[in-house]
Amino acid sequence: MQNTKVKEPERVVIRFSGDSGDGMQLVGTLFSNLSAELGNEIITFPDYPAEIRAPHGTLSGVSGFQVQVGAKKVHTPGDQTDVLVAMNPAALSVNARFLKSDSVVIIDTDSFQKSDLERALFKTEDPFSELGLGSVQVVAAPITQMCKDCLADMADNKQALRSRNIFALGLVCWLFNRPVSMVEKLLKEKFKKKPAALEANLLVLQAGFNYGHNIHATVSTYRIESTTQKKGFYTDINGNKATAYGLIAAAEKAGLPLFLGSYPITPATDIMQELAARKELGVKVMQTEDEIAGICTAIGASFAGHLAATSTSGPGLALKSEAIGLAVIAEIPLVVIDVQRAGPSTGMPTKSEQTDLMQALYGRNGESPAVVIAASSPTDCFDSAFWASKLALEHMTPVILLTDGYIANGSSAWRIPDMEEYPEIKPPYVTEEMQQGWTPYQRNSENDVRYWAIPGMEGFQHRIGGLEKEYTTAVISTDPDNHQKMVQTRQDKIDKVANYIPLQEVFGDEDARVLVVGWGGTFGHLAEAVEDIQKAGKKVAFTHFRFINPLPKNTEEIMKKYPKVMVVEQNLGQFANHLRSRIGGFNPYQFNRVKGQPFIVARLVEEIIKLIEE
Amino acid sequence: MTEQTTYQAKDYKSAQLVRWCPGCGDFGVLNSLHKAMSELGVAPHRIAVISGIGCSSRLPYYMNTYGFHTIHGRACAIATGVKVANPDLSVWVATGDGDCLAIGGNHFIHVVRRNVDLNIILMNNKIYGLTKGQYSPTSARGFISKSSPYGTVEDPFRPAELAIGAGGRFFARTIDSDVKYSPEILKAAAEHKGTSVVEVVLNCVIFNDGIHKEVTIKENRSEKTIFLRHGEKMIFGNDNNKGIVQEGFNLKAITIGENGYSLDDVLVHDAKEKEATLHLKLALMDGTELPVALGVIRDVDAPAYEEELEKQIKEVKARKQIDSLKAFLMSGETWEVKEY
Repeated sequence: MQNTKVKEPERVVIRFSGDSGDGMQLVGTLFSNLSAELGNEIITFPDYPAEIRAPHGTLSGVSGFQVQVGAKKVHTPGDQTDVLVAMNPAALSVNARFLKSDSVVIIDTDSFQKSDLERALFKTEDPFSELGLGSVQVVAAPITQMCKDCLADMADNKQALRSRNIFALGLVCWLFNRPVSMVEKLLKEKFKKKPAALEANLLVLQAGFNYGHNIHATVSTYRIESTTQKKGFYTDINGNKATAYGLIAAAEKAGLPLFLGSYPITPATDIMQELAARKELGVKVMQTEDEIAGICTAIGASFAGHLAATSTSGPGLALKSEAIGLAVIAEIPLVVIDVQRAGPSTGMPTKSEQTDLMQALYGRNGESPAVVIAASSPTDCFDSAFWASKLALEHMTPVILLTDGYIANGSSAWRIPDMEEYPEIKPPYVTEEMQQGWTPYQRNSENDVRYWAIPGMEGFQHRIGGLEKEYTTAVISTDPDNHQKMVQTRQDKIDKVANYIPLQEVFGDEDARVLVVGWGGTFGHLAEAVEDIQKAGKKVAFTHFRFINPLPKNTEEIMKKYPKVMVVEQNLGQFANHLRSRIGGFNPYQFNRVKGQPFIVARLVEEIIKLIEE
Repeated sequence: MTEQTTYQAKDYKSAQLVRWCPGCGDFGVLNSLHKAMSELGVAPHRIAVISGIGCSSRLPYYMNTYGFHTIHGRACAIATGVKVANPDLSVWVATGDGDCLAIGGNHFIHVVRRNVDLNIILMNNKIYGLTKGQYSPTSARGFISKSSPYGTVEDPFRPAELAIGAGGRFFARTIDSDVKYSPEILKAAAEHKGTSVVEVVLNCVIFNDGIHKEVTIKENRSEKTIFLRHGEKMIFGNDNNKGIVQEGFNLKAITIGENGYSLDDVLVHDAKEKEATLHLKLALMDGTELPVALGVIRDVDAPAYEEELEKQIKEVKARKQIDSLKAFLMSGETWEVKEY
């Protein structure tokens, strides 16, 4: 081991990459969970192709899983990779641009043969030189053959090939000085119903670790300190699961059953799948015939007195527009979750961006205001889904919750909260005393919210619908003045939600010349960039929005306080325009990237510093 | 307070002025529905009537029940959500041939396939009334309307074929003006567990007046229609001397006592038969060679969707014994961080 350099960095980025059938997501998840359990901060990012199984060994079939492990607060999965596991030449080729000059690259030499190289469009037999990766540290291991040897007595070649990923994981465990015993525990849980596969995997895991130990490889190994975290029980959670749990938490708080109507769509499907599995908690899930039925069943369930939600991604939100309008005019509570992906149309279903903001705000006929909020990180999806439900139920309105493919699939460690930490949810039910002369659109004068009578309640039978109704009697009306009044009232009701949400907070330097503004899933990258800028001794302020419509009441005051404001988002300026439309004379700087990939922190730092120094 | 247990038709009537055109077939359906509900004895506050868009979809406003007038084509989907959320409610869908079979066709076949316990009243006047006279998906080939001035070049849906093709367990048919039998048929639909489809042969007095006249006018009705009752012989005609017999794979109308046919040859209606072939053949009789079938044509028991879902939830709850989100999260993979 005397040749090995031991690095003790604050944070390290590892990327597992191979064919989409190579089990890279599995080993990435295992390694992340292991690190989190050891007290590290983690943020993960799976990057997989839209095709389930693209042609073997080709560039389009490369599936990756990246995790940043840190001793201190980690906000993103990282820009560049310290360690790359490349199971084939295509994986090396696709990920070359993420490598640092001294990255460690682990390859399976058995899958770097001439034909493999050709499939990945290499012209020579030296892929590293061809990619200009002269200085990286390569661990070239005959992984396939070693798996075969290791399992010669007990498994066929097929199982040996299937275990390659676990061998690589063993090797990575050696590189990071991670105890194999903890992976063994995770594998036992994962493969508890497949004893043969478990046995094979346990063997190759140890073999991978031993291989690293024995070759005395002259590559960097890593030690990462544990962090101080808030006391409690933790679990690993991705954004979609957190969203699902946030809805359940809100239903528990409100004392209502939860209903989800949904149709499978990447990258939102996991929300439905998670909730469909939660029957022990009484969640009712319908996989409907289409997106429209997804929202319509939810509207029906809401009418019948449930906390009702529908989950989708951009194209699905487009299909749901008309029904959201119904929820707006009928004034019933509804949570609509849009896990944004790259558009327009089918776009890039597995890639992430923030391009549905305008659709969420305005994508309906008529004056059709709705509450719009956005989650900022995988774990924040829990709080945001809770907030979405609370506002929907208490203000009798559809709430559109925007997450995105990046935070939906990314994961990090999450402290399991006590529900006492969360506020009450109190829907505005009708009361017995109201019965005399009650009509369904009587409102609370403070917030303009109507009262909720649920089918089954005696004496409150009423009819609602998509037609305009008279302000007090709720009878169908086409009276011009009445319509004006109803349109204004529905708008006022949403505007007044601002009285019930927290004020916007600003981080960083009060006297900074530049305020960085973000919203939604880009929080991690922006926070990291801002921290880096401050570490470099420059002043900068940062504010990140969860509440998009209405905006927090102090938004204008904040925007006007700083000489320069830069709105950073993954679209062509939708939030910047939203701010312009809400704040007279306001014209922020913009930084926009729409590549379907997360921001690169180093690029953000560069852009922001440029504006600071300008 | 003890709950009221007996009701009259007026208990289901709302105070709202009914705004259909004078002579519209929808009035008959509304009156029959009020009557059927009073006879069923379900309290008005335990009933929800859901509709889409179209003339017939105004119906919920005229009910003193819970009602939701929704968006075009989506009544079946919204009603599904209502019923799944609260299976104790009696949930009705008021819909028309355009709402249900054109823009809402997908929801219709899927609600039938799932067998959600809804009572769907499909008011079929073979025309778009609210948009003033375009052909509908049940209009006959060649039908001339404002949107088909030279006649349509497409074949219509036959509602029974869609319902039974989608696995429908209950299909019945009645005539709008038939206030004698309609309440009975609507009651049968309500009593059936699972999706019930009642096709109402309905007249649009303004845009498609007389479209069903051949079979619905008094003079023709005995000869052109047959009222089917479970367990009874399929007999019809002015003199009650005609019957339906099976010949090979087909049905045939015969006169008892003629050509060697006796009463024994006439089929007995079995609405409970699971196999749908004969029901479909009966439902597709169109009033030319064979009389149009009225009454309950198919009424087969099968598990209702919302009941199965509740059952599954109960089973999983009993097995897992986890009663809160926190308990669930703690039962998964976790690690503890103790105070430093």
